[in-house]
Amino acid sequence: MTPLLQVRDVSHFYGARIGCSDVNFDLYPGEVMGIVGESGSGKSTLLNCLAGHLPPDTGEVVFDTRADGPTDTVTMSEPARRMLSRTDWAFVHQHARDGLRMSVSAGGNIGERLMAVGARRYGDIRAQATDWLGRVEIDESRIDDRPSAFSGGMQQRLQIARNLVTGPRLVFMDEPTGGLDVSVQARLLDLLRGLVREMGLSALIVTHDLAVVRLLADRLMVMKDGYVVESGLTDQVLDDPQHAYTQLLVSSVLQV
Amino acid sequence: MTDQAYNFAYLDEQTKRMIRRAILKGLAVPGYQVPFASREMPMPYGWGTGGVQVSAATLTPDDTLKVIDQGADDTTNAVSIRKFFERTAGVATTDETDKASVIQTRHRIPEMPLREDQILVYQVPIPEPLRFLEPRETETRKMHSLEEYGLMHVKLYEDVSQHGQIATSYAYPVRVSGRYVMDPSPIPKFDNPKLEMDAIQLFGAGREQRIYAVPPWTQVVSLDFEDYPFEASKADHACDLCGAGDSYLDEVITDDSGNRMFVCSDTDYCRSRRDDGHTGRLAGDAT
Amino acid sequence: MAMIDISGVSKSFTLHNQGGAVIGVMENASLSVAAGECVALAGASGAGKSTLMRMIYGNYLAGTGRIVVDGVDLVQAEPREILALRRETLGYVSQFLRVVPRVPTLQVVAEPLLALGVSADVAVARAAELLTRLRIPEALWSLSPTTFSGGEQQRVNIARGFVHDYPALLLDEPTASLDVKNRATVLALIREARSRGAAIVGIFHDAAARAELCDREIDVSAFAPQRAA
Repeated sequence: MTPLLQVRDVSHFYGARIGCSDVNFDLYPGEVMGIVGESGSGKSTLLNCLAGHLPPDTGEVVFDTRADGPTDTVTMSEPARRMLSRTDWAFVHQHARDGLRMSVSAGGNIGERLMAVGARRYGDIRAQATDWLGRVEIDESRIDDRPSAFSGGMQQRLQIARNLVTGPRLVFMDEPTGGLDVSVQARLLDLLRGLVREMGLSALIVTHDLAVVRLLADRLMVMKDGYVVESGLTDQVLDDPQHAYTQLLVSSVLQV
Repeated sequence: MTDQAYNFAYLDEQTKRMIRRAILKGLAVPGYQVPFASREMPMPYGWGTGGVQVSAATLTPDDTLKVIDQGADDTTNAVSIRKFFERTAGVATTDETDKASVIQTRHRIPEMPLREDQILVYQVPIPEPLRFLEPRETETRKMHSLEEYGLMHVKLYEDVSQHGQIATSYAYPVRVSGRYVMDPSPIPKFDNPKLEMDAIQLFGAGREQRIYAVPPWTQVVSLDFEDYPFEASKADHACDLCGAGDSYLDEVITDDSGNRMFVCSDTDYCRSRRDDGHTGRLAGDAT
Repeated sequence: MAMIDISGVSKSFTLHNQGGAVIGVMENASLSVAAGECVALAGASGAGKSTLMRMIYGNYLAGTGRIVVDGVDLVQAEPREILALRRETLGYVSQFLRVVPRVPTLQVVAEPLLALGVSADVAVARAAELLTRLRIPEALWSLSPTTFSGGEQQRVNIARGFVHDYPALLLDEPTASLDVKNRATVLALIREARSRGAAIVGIFHDAAARAELCDREIDVSAFAPQRAA
């Protein structure tokens, strides 16, 4: 099986300071990988390098494109990369307002990616938007409301619908449950798990919440000071951590 | 009779050259917004500083200029600009579309089809059709260069979802020559089909420092949905003065008891029809 | 060939945050379980029964040796190979239920089948059948098991572990905290699994259950490291 994403020696520097360094991994279709670490560990820098938001200083990010097979997205043309990011890729921001158009209705937010890839029948776009609102558990009657009238959890679910409507194969998520109430988090986690399974999505999830990765991620990568210090099966890394930092991280979680 | 204090058509020759270069580039890349170093003009922004600079760079001493605002030759803005060029360029002016070689317009395209020896200059307030949804200029430029125009349809989607139809009635976005999406300036969408014409069309945005153009015989398609196709709508009336059923109409309230009349917004068109003997519902009541 | 084959496995924990103390817990463990065989792990508390079981599941990392389940060496395998093994071949009933809050019990139990691509109605029907058999009242099926009593949670966990016919099963105290009737049901489930050919490794403090079910006992104390001194 060809990996969906092959990451080779990816580094990014902020001047002399290390953002992330020498990151390597393969992600296979249907796999969900968590990236954990504290603030400043380089996990968000890495995610942004992989998603094409930040140019890596070294390395390759090879994506298995539908048309041409494995292709380095770092060196591919910008139009091609932007096309990827609105078709086969999705990016879920921590703050929904970074990933939504707040002045556009919920339906318009969901429809944008469809229209960007050429959908020109209003009725079809509307039907798909309605369907997706249902899938992310937002009442259909809210389709013409603006996201500013939504709660934080609803905004986040709308962001997910907006991203998944074109059937992407790889989803980047930056702290998708950050800043949400615990009860809202659980609902979102359940939703994400269901969508990942139904759509066969691969996902990279950056978070500092170990409970989130335990429930969502098959694999885990632990970062510290820009380096990957440990990686493996999620439950193995959490239950039998090998690296000093991971042990500290796991033992620091408050028990409920 | 050019006033001695001014160069021909107010602007200095270097500036006119700079603007002509922008115009030529605009014609070479239809619909593309060419940045230009817009000058301070002796009128406020919003009064047609972009159109005036384009006209100034276009006019020659032999030209005949017509200026319209909302189709009319006799509104303040049109009169002021016409006088400005009479004084600074000494060119002949006219109200008659047929006799003009350069027509500067705000918000309308004349009803009478233009010829290939004519130039239509539009005053443009906001040249960027994507501005409504994407405020970042860096991003809109990238979207133009990469032909990422999905956002334009989001605007139309919002229209249909809120009003049951595409409610955008002016500044209706078009795609030029299958490439650039362009704001045709705030002309009514009734005028959109006329954008495919024999004359040269130049668009000047003074405050935003952009010039763009549509060469003659260029394909201009109004954006729409398959199930909500573009319609060039107008008030469902004939002109009450000249009886024309095919012209864009202004609605005029005539008294305090709610009576109203519909008249051609293109005053020259209306007058020439009446001169030819056409009459409308209220032809006897007004002149 | 044995379904589960373990040889030369050692395990130690390095506690980096406690002065780097290295605690050896297992050396040279070997064990082989054939299809249709049920083997009990025995030994005093702390002898390493759970540790060994967790290593077989890939939950703990073995230091050396080979742990081969259905041809896959868990010590060397990539995460996705271990996940595929867990999905298709290797079931595990732990003592603790870990689920996403608010997910209904019926869904929790059906999930291993859904992950295998079984259609939703078939998966839910099978889940319902097991929950009925394990005497979880139908009124509770639409609720999350996180609110259940210990015994109920244990039975949900068992239902989840038996919903798919795993060729290999790891059972950690499956009959603990169960009443007589439910204990009998669980023992029946295990017997059925064995007779359909599952290779089973279990930890049973329940001596009667152990005697009834198991073909052999392995004393894990034998794998204790030889302490110097």
